[in-house]
Amino acid sequence: MRKQPGGFTPTALIGAFLLAAMVALALLAPVITTDTPLQTDLEGALRGPTDGHPFGQDRLGRDVFAQVAYGTRASLLIAVSVVSLTVLAGVAAGAAAGYVGGALDLGIMRVVDIFLAFPGILLAIALAGVLGPNLGNLVIALSVMGWVGYARLVRAQVLSLREREYVVAARAVGAGPWRVVARHILPNALSPVIVQATFSAAGVIIAESSLSFLGLGPQSVPTWGGLLAQGAAYLLYAPHIAFFPGLFIMLTVLALNLVGDSLRDMLDPKSRP
Amino acid sequence: MIGIGRRLLLLFPTVLGVLTLVFFLVHLIPGDPVELMLGETASRADLGQLRADLGLDRPLGEQYARFLGGLGRGDLGRSFFYRKPVLAVIGGALPATALLAAAAMAFALLVALPVGILAAIRRNRLPDRLALIGSLVGVSMPNFWLGPMLIILFSFRLGWLPVSGREGAASLVLPALTLGTALSAILVRMTRASMLDVLGEDYLRTARAKGARPIAVIARHALRNALLPVVTIIGLQFGALLSGAVITENVFAWPGVGTLLIQAITARDYPLVQGCVLVIALCYVFVNFLTDSLYALIDPRVRT
Repeated sequence: MRKQPGGFTPTALIGAFLLAAMVALALLAPVITTDTPLQTDLEGALRGPTDGHPFGQDRLGRDVFAQVAYGTRASLLIAVSVVSLTVLAGVAAGAAAGYVGGALDLGIMRVVDIFLAFPGILLAIALAGVLGPNLGNLVIALSVMGWVGYARLVRAQVLSLREREYVVAARAVGAGPWRVVARHILPNALSPVIVQATFSAAGVIIAESSLSFLGLGPQSVPTWGGLLAQGAAYLLYAPHIAFFPGLFIMLTVLALNLVGDSLRDMLDPKSRP
Repeated sequence: MIGIGRRLLLLFPTVLGVLTLVFFLVHLIPGDPVELMLGETASRADLGQLRADLGLDRPLGEQYARFLGGLGRGDLGRSFFYRKPVLAVIGGALPATALLAAAAMAFALLVALPVGILAAIRRNRLPDRLALIGSLVGVSMPNFWLGPMLIILFSFRLGWLPVSGREGAASLVLPALTLGTALSAILVRMTRASMLDVLGEDYLRTARAKGARPIAVIARHALRNALLPVVTIIGLQFGALLSGAVITENVFAWPGVGTLLIQAITARDYPLVQGCVLVIALCYVFVNFLTDSLYALIDPRVRT
């Protein structure tokens, strides 16, 4: 897709539009759904899409659209929490390792290597499994691995920026290490972090839904993964229950990948194909 | 060869780190793991007995030393649920996981290599566009959704393939497709990018100028060099396949380590949880190590 100078590719616009639609769905869930997600209607159990229930009803007759809409809330909330936590922790660790160097750098990078050697989703499953299924534990389980990528990225950025002339100049006029890192280094190191955060938000949404699908997610609020797990048991009689939550997961992840791709092209001209 | 020796040395702290992480898993359980395993109605004597059996009544340092010592003897403890050694239980499930991962890899390669090469040769034309859109959709599709959708189509509507379980070769098809799709999407992008790099090289122009047929240029000169980075990705992704298999196995009730892990979590069989995580993680570490070493052997530039 050829890009006009200063313009957006059509795929970037599709991604941004999809993402905005998901955010709107999450925010407006109580307004645009007529049923609450937990309201049962046993007579309508497993019924396919109808006028009153555009996505059909689940095994207890609950409205699938309402559950998908509220599930969007849960997923986006978890994604934003996990990405914020991991960016904060990873940037702090990476900046400290890169700027201070020495034993601190060695120690932090050793821990990073060990975490990188561990398959991420497996650790998240194991952690959520032993900690117990709820929202807080899910966020912890997904965050434990996530900071590592940012730490490595930021450390490399800091190492390359540390000896630049403007940084040396800032040090020469007496700026302390906090000021140098916060005012002069980090603002110039953040572009790849933003790109990485977009892609990892997509990863978090898949991981979070996987855990919910396996029964390791929050039990009290509707989630895409939880709904999909229920639907997997009724594939023959009520395929709509599994279809819609999965479709929304895919669209959200696709949107984040599209936005991430175009952010990378905009912020990091070197990686442009 | 120096490279491999150094990598082997670096492997030790990594493996030790993985073991330590797995050891602490059980100690992260909120509350008393023994009480969780036996339930609230268990007698104090039973609780004490199990606690002693698991060694949880000892100081943490001693538990850690015993954990590592046990591993050295191939002893991962006893499964609480199966009443058998953890290693024996996992040993029974591991071949199924390896088979699934290998089949998924084979599927991914069969799709990704031709599609990636075609996309590179027809750059910016229709096949390329379709390949890129397809791979974007492929990486965005969660496998616990793709699996059920394939079941609806191939098992219920068409009646061609079994829904779940492991009986005969036909039962392998849907799980392998499900697990391999995301990987094949990644490999399409890799193969395409790698081919595009190579297609711009001088030696290809030389080959063309000497009058070699286009198909020979691609097959004999371009492909061989383009596949090197792809080999690395294949190795690194094989480890990811093993952990991705946890979810796919649960969709299809495939009797591998992933299904075992979730059963163990549900049954609060913590020694078995620990064992499953350990085995998958160690496979992942070793496959990555082998890939690194292999890459160093193939490409002299990274040997130092």
